[in-house]
Amino acid sequence: MRRPFSRQQKMTIVFGILSIVVMIVVLQLWLLTATMNAFLAGQERVIVPAAIASIICFALNAGLLSYIYRMEHR
Amino acid sequence: MKSTPDDQLSVPPDGRPYHDQPQWRNDFPIDWPQDELVARRDFTKFLVLTSFAFAVGQLWIVFENFFRKRKGQLPVMRIARADAIPVGGSLVFDYPAKHDICILVRTGPQHYVAFNQKCTHLSCAVVPQVAQKRFFCPCHNGAFDLESGIPIAGPPRRPLERILLEIRDGDLYATGREVRA
Repeated sequence: MRRPFSRQQKMTIVFGILSIVVMIVVLQLWLLTATMNAFLAGQERVIVPAAIASIICFALNAGLLSYIYRMEHR
Repeated sequence: MKSTPDDQLSVPPDGRPYHDQPQWRNDFPIDWPQDELVARRDFTKFLVLTSFAFAVGQLWIVFENFFRKRKGQLPVMRIARADAIPVGGSLVFDYPAKHDICILVRTGPQHYVAFNQKCTHLSCAVVPQVAQKRFFCPCHNGAFDLESGIPIAGPPRRPLERILLEIRDGDLYATGREVRA
């Protein structure tokens, strides 16, 4: 049976995950502004791939958040 | 939430362990280290909600693009008599829908240009300044070339949306629009 994490270890993990989430959110913000610019300029090719990329980013973030909750309940 | 002895600095008033306590007591802990952990976790949760909002925004663009494509061919609409506008004069008209304000300028005896009047920066109305050969946006001092609609000064980066024109039997018609990068 695995030993539960100490609070110090949990803090380290949460900080690590927080850093990754911040980077992904900044990436999504850039993606949204670039896509809006392309949409307004009539460039349609990038719209669907950008949406897929953004959804993948969100899924990754949601997965990391659910890991934090699962870790706390371990 | 389970707590180990080295985790727990204070004891809840009823003496029971934290995992038997109501949710609110776990969400608003007394111990500083635990409070820090909960604050970081909740900040991460907030960022994930922001991430969700961005993903929804991306999907909204996909839907807008889908409906824009479905509209298909724009209508052909009569604007005015071609000779009713003097050289250097302008006329405001709606195209293709009622509140899509466009501006037509007669730049020469046989030469007309028309653009959507919305500035591509923050959608203020541009005004033609024929003597300076430009459209001017008074909100942020943006300027566009009168002939091409290409931005030449100020914050706008995209050209004005061009309205395609035709002259039929002396009447000016709008036949479509050209969105450009």
